[in-house]
Amino acid sequence: MADGRPVPYRGEVFRPREVRTLGLLGIALLIALWQVASMCGWMSPILAPAPSQVAASLWTMIESGALWTNLKASLLRLLGGWGLGTAAGLALGFAIGLTTLFRSTGVPLVAALFPIPKIAMLPLFILWFGIGEGSKIATIAFGVFFPTVVACYGGVDGVDRTLVRMGRSFGLSSWSILMKIVLPGALPAILSGFRISASIGIILLVAAEMIGAQHGVGALILLSGNLMMTDQLLAGVVVLSVMGLTVSALIAWLERRLLAWR
Amino acid sequence: MRLEARGITHAYGPVRVLEGIDLSLSEGEIVCVIGPSGCGKSTLLRFLAGLERPDQGQITEFGSPPPGSLNPITTIFQDFALLPWRTAAGNVELVLEDHRLSRAARRGRVAGVLAKLGLSEFADAFPRQLSGGMKQRVAIARALVVEPAILLLDEPLSALDAQTRELLLDDFLQLWLRERFAAVYVTHNLQEAVRLGHRIVVLSRRPGRVREVVTIDVPLDARGGEAPRLDAIARELWHLLRDEAAAADREVVHG
Repeated sequence: MADGRPVPYRGEVFRPREVRTLGLLGIALLIALWQVASMCGWMSPILAPAPSQVAASLWTMIESGALWTNLKASLLRLLGGWGLGTAAGLALGFAIGLTTLFRSTGVPLVAALFPIPKIAMLPLFILWFGIGEGSKIATIAFGVFFPTVVACYGGVDGVDRTLVRMGRSFGLSSWSILMKIVLPGALPAILSGFRISASIGIILLVAAEMIGAQHGVGALILLSGNLMMTDQLLAGVVVLSVMGLTVSALIAWLERRLLAWR
Repeated sequence: MRLEARGITHAYGPVRVLEGIDLSLSEGEIVCVIGPSGCGKSTLLRFLAGLERPDQGQITEFGSPPPGSLNPITTIFQDFALLPWRTAAGNVELVLEDHRLSRAARRGRVAGVLAKLGLSEFADAFPRQLSGGMKQRVAIARALVVEPAILLLDEPLSALDAQTRELLLDDFLQLWLRERFAAVYVTHNLQEAVRLGHRIVVLSRRPGRVREVVTIDVPLDARGGEAPRLDAIARELWHLLRDEAAAADREVVHG
């Protein structure tokens, strides 16, 4: 084989990886660029305040305790609304996944109510539950409820039927099958449902707070805008971003703990 | 404990799956059921296990299960049916948890069957960490821990490669020689059938009917030395099955 050639390699495929340091660097670079642009006077300090101004404003709010007052109000609403919506959503989700009655009645109902923008219901909720916390929590709960139902019964549907059949064949009680086979089997889908419902919760939280609230991050942002305090406005936006990241990290931690078997 | 099926007939919608199947299982006997794919072998097994109800016919059990048997009729599944979120020991323990056993007694039983199947060192491994053969051994351990009188096996080795299959077949034989359970063993592998079956029930293609029952009177522990005779029986079985299998292969699957 005098004229032998190596077979050319052509196995290269798109295989993007995530490098963490590079990600942080990207964010840092963007902020630095923005800071430089502000310092050079390319951007108006009132319409687009520099990162340093935003940071200063954030620090002022931390020192005065204003940040904590607003954040506490928001977190309590989010927790209450998300918790209520999730509890109710899981209950209906399992009922739909397990029983003919709820499957037949629940699925069309969910399909009809899911697409309603929940914020459109806020005026009605204000009439029902008052202008205070009730209406805001109800809006968030309502918004969280539907994606949780869909994720939950999807998860239950996805549980391997042979595992359930196995449970039956060994004479396990229905309760055991539910708790030891169906619930853990549906958990991955339920947890990814949590990711979606948590973001929906934050969106509705801010929207509800902008319509009528004294405290809360959404109210803070709206007020700052009305006063042209754009640095404080952006500080509020930063707080929201951190809030979202924290929630997402929390769910990732839950997934690592509960789904270690994968 | 004995098991008897009489006149089992069943259809899934317009598709007739089984027609007039009679089958009996005596104490300590292994009956192999073979037939072309889609002939209703697995369906028949689910009827025997009480997991589905046939349109017509009856399954009757005679005699009482041995004392201490927690689940007299126990199934072993083709794809193992292990819970991926439980360890090997956890999977075995699962089927004891609904019974009144002390924690210590439960743990003792689990450790006992795991040792019997050579799984002690894998007790804390999750299914994804185990090979196919080990997974099926865990499933067999889980079946044995409830001390069944009758085992129903649905192509238990089909998901395994040839070498693993050979190893497990030997293990299973050794287990039977010790425990002498009765078993219905559904397979499409003729070699397995002639190695394990006291009787071999040959089903026709869909709708499955009993075409032939072949009795092999060589004791199971003597079959290693009777290879030519077993091969002859396997050839005879293949002859019976060949046309059915070919016809079944050309069928369009409905539903």
